[in-house]
Amino acid sequence: MLKIEKNKNDAELTIALEGRLDTNTSPQLEKELKDEIDGVTSLTFDFKALEYISSAGLRVLLSAQKIMNKQGSMKITNVNSEIMEIFEVTGFSDILDIE
Amino acid sequence: MKEVTLEAKLDSIPVLTDIVEEELAQADCPPKAMIQLSVAIDEIFSNIASYAYADKERAGTQERAAGAEPAWGFATVRIELLNEPRGIDLTFIDRGIPFDPLKREDPDISAPLGERQIGGLGIFMVKKTMSSMKYEYSDGRNILTIRKLF
Repeated sequence: MLKIEKNKNDAELTIALEGRLDTNTSPQLEKELKDEIDGVTSLTFDFKALEYISSAGLRVLLSAQKIMNKQGSMKITNVNSEIMEIFEVTGFSDILDIE
Repeated sequence: MKEVTLEAKLDSIPVLTDIVEEELAQADCPPKAMIQLSVAIDEIFSNIASYAYADKERAGTQERAAGAEPAWGFATVRIELLNEPRGIDLTFIDRGIPFDPLKREDPDISAPLGERQIGGLGIFMVKKTMSSMKYEYSDGRNILTIRKLF
């Protein structure tokens, strides 16, 4: 189960996620990003209510980061300790801007 | 011990996760271990669902008639809670293409953004977060066991 809440303010997009970002739910986020990311210069993910992330979710974050490196910036906020550990184990903490 | 046989499809993952989480809740599993196990299930079962039975031509009655569980296109998961030390063994059994995930080379986790690959990252995460992993191919079946002590 994944709930996606979007908040767009001109070129600023905030996406708050709730639940699990895994094999079955990641395509939902991928689609939302595909629909919304054009023209966005500041992308923020709010992970406050996100329980966990699997490699399918990491794939979506990686491709978002690649796009945002070309057109602006991306950051991830409110990361819980379990997800932070996954970012560290996979070396994603080095390539993502985590606040 | 509990055993569940599910279709090797992505839709089966939440079903399996629910069953395992229920067992873990009864065993007073700490939340962190539970999350790591749910991620491990997602990684391992999605691999089985995506690749194990990719060789459709082999999907014949011969395999079905062989009698050994699970049938072609299915995966059986054995759930075993452990005491002293406390923990859980999850064993994933499928009859698909032989594949030893432990032989897979670890991904380069220090590569720059542009060169990052996702392939292999899932199993790598499982290796790092589980207490141990074991693979064998026996009697036409892939048998992968992950152990998490908590």
